[in-house]
Amino acid sequence: MSENLLDVYNVSISFIQYVKGLNQKNLKVISDLSLSIDEGEIVAVLGSSGSGKSLLAHAILGILPDNALLNGEMYYKGELLNPESKERLRGDDIALIPQSVNFLDPLMKISEQVIGECDSEEEEKELKAKQRKIFEKYNLGEEVDDMYPFQLSGGMARRVLVSTALLSNPKLVIADEPTPGLDEAALEETLNYLRDMANNNVGILLITHDINAALKVADKIAIFYAGYVIEIANIDDFKNNGENLLHPYTKALYHALPDVDFKLTEGHQPLRDEINDYCPYLDHCPHCVDKCDSEIPKLVKHGDKYIRCFKYTE
Amino acid sequence: MYFVFISLIIEIIFSGGLFLNKNKILLFLANRFVRFIILLIFVIVLSFILIDMSPIDPIKTYIANKVVSPDQVAALQSYWGVNEPITVKIVNWLGNIVQGNLGNSLIFRAPVIDVILDRFVASLVLMFSSWVISGVLGFVLGIIAGFKRDTFVDKLIKYYCYILQSAPTFWIALIVLMIFSIYLGWFPSGLGVPIGSLSQNVTFFEWLNRLILPAFTLSILGVAQIALYTRDKLIGEMSKDYFLFAKARGETGWSLIKRHGIRNVLLPAITLQFLSFSELFGGAVLVEQVFTYPGIGQAAVSAGLRSDVPLLLGIVIFSAIFVFVGNTLADVIYNFVDPRLREGD
Repeated sequence: MSENLLDVYNVSISFIQYVKGLNQKNLKVISDLSLSIDEGEIVAVLGSSGSGKSLLAHAILGILPDNALLNGEMYYKGELLNPESKERLRGDDIALIPQSVNFLDPLMKISEQVIGECDSEEEEKELKAKQRKIFEKYNLGEEVDDMYPFQLSGGMARRVLVSTALLSNPKLVIADEPTPGLDEAALEETLNYLRDMANNNVGILLITHDINAALKVADKIAIFYAGYVIEIANIDDFKNNGENLLHPYTKALYHALPDVDFKLTEGHQPLRDEINDYCPYLDHCPHCVDKCDSEIPKLVKHGDKYIRCFKYTE
Repeated sequence: MYFVFISLIIEIIFSGGLFLNKNKILLFLANRFVRFIILLIFVIVLSFILIDMSPIDPIKTYIANKVVSPDQVAALQSYWGVNEPITVKIVNWLGNIVQGNLGNSLIFRAPVIDVILDRFVASLVLMFSSWVISGVLGFVLGIIAGFKRDTFVDKLIKYYCYILQSAPTFWIALIVLMIFSIYLGWFPSGLGVPIGSLSQNVTFFEWLNRLILPAFTLSILGVAQIALYTRDKLIGEMSKDYFLFAKARGETGWSLIKRHGIRNVLLPAITLQFLSFSELFGGAVLVEQVFTYPGIGQAAVSAGLRSDVPLLLGIVIFSAIFVFVGNTLADVIYNFVDPRLREGD
């Protein structure tokens, strides 16, 4: 086991649901997810909307809902993440940049909530000064300090949310869908903030469904398909007609991009709990082998990348 | 805990917006006032019609059990206008009300307005103290129950609330009376002043001593609704995104509740507490009756039972005003204190 900033091994997240009276059902959302992030590295987890990617962020921070079941292991700087260590690390070493302004307390003034909880007045002063400095860097005037969240424009809210992550000097930042609904300029701006942080040696986990955003800023991209990570590719693989991409889904995804081929593949992703014992991409795969329909392939190392496909296991 | 409440209320109210919107508030209140006048006219006319249709005979009440001749009854009837058409009666009465004349109470033999003011003051002390106590206590219990959700403490608070919520008011009042004044003998069993003393000679403590039990009963009854509401609201807020984010930023436990929970639950809870004026009044009627506390509730019951029409109608008007004031205050808080609604438009 190599020691990175964050190592995630075989993490699965499922929910216990009641169906028809008292029958319990395990609804799998994320299955067998492994990835690692190094200092100063941006790793994007790319998957369709509503596929449960955010739960990965919540799992790392230890804020999953009570009825969620978490399996697998996660290490931060080699230290096993358990509920206690997560509680200690979150907000200090590990910070979250949430999706939207809804993640701010609607009745608390911006500056007060960015600063967060303080134990003493000196600490408050110190943090207040720091918050002012960060706000200035992000072009947020003094009047923003006393605003309530509903008074922020979309762009301001975005910058405030990024600021919250910077206040504690985190080593690892988890950005959960930071780009939806942004125009080109605002998108560029947000991605620059992330790049900036990475240049300061912060590791970033970017959770997104926006392939353009991921391609612009990430170093590695983990492709999320039907609850499985099917490939972790380097950013350079998405060049040269995608010939270095390994998984057929990733290839299809790349060729579907408007400025590549705009070639669409028919069909849709299977629901994650429909898959039990076969490759998640079975229905659409152009080169299936015998065991594809009887076994789920494991995520294996292939050069400096990872791939979940029997074609590469031999 | 109290400090948190007060500082939060002050912060929210005085953060600038309330006073900037003075004109808006005045306009709002003027609008309310017009609506109130219309409401009041409806209440007056409707209750007058109901009383007129009822078998209550004010003449009989007036002469009580004295022996009078049919001629005298007929003279009284024509003097009071009992046999005139209802339209004439209503117009006459409305005309008198506009001039501030609510008539004379038949059982107290005094102007209705004096009886009501006298009784209302006694009731206001009772209602206000129990309103404050039940509000604060209910809020605190609700926050604790929501914070300690599904634990023993939560269950205890929840069951307490369910029992009070489903038990009849007069029954709880009787039990309180039995325990504290009969078995334990800590408090007198009723009346506003000790028997045999004039009301102006009563000391403050004698008066307070008689206030405690009814106020206590009304308080513990009022706790249920506000506590259950606060608990539910807090649990709802705790599952919202901003709570999750606050957790993700390292806030935990009680400080999370203090910083974000109370802040977001306080305003709706206060609003609800103002909206409960009508229940407070209803509760006071029953509690005052059980404790024979000389308040407006008891006067209402006597007026009803003993056919004192002028007093009954007067009380109807005043209780309408009372409930309306509560609802308006709730609206003001809802519309002008919450920064989102205050500056949103």
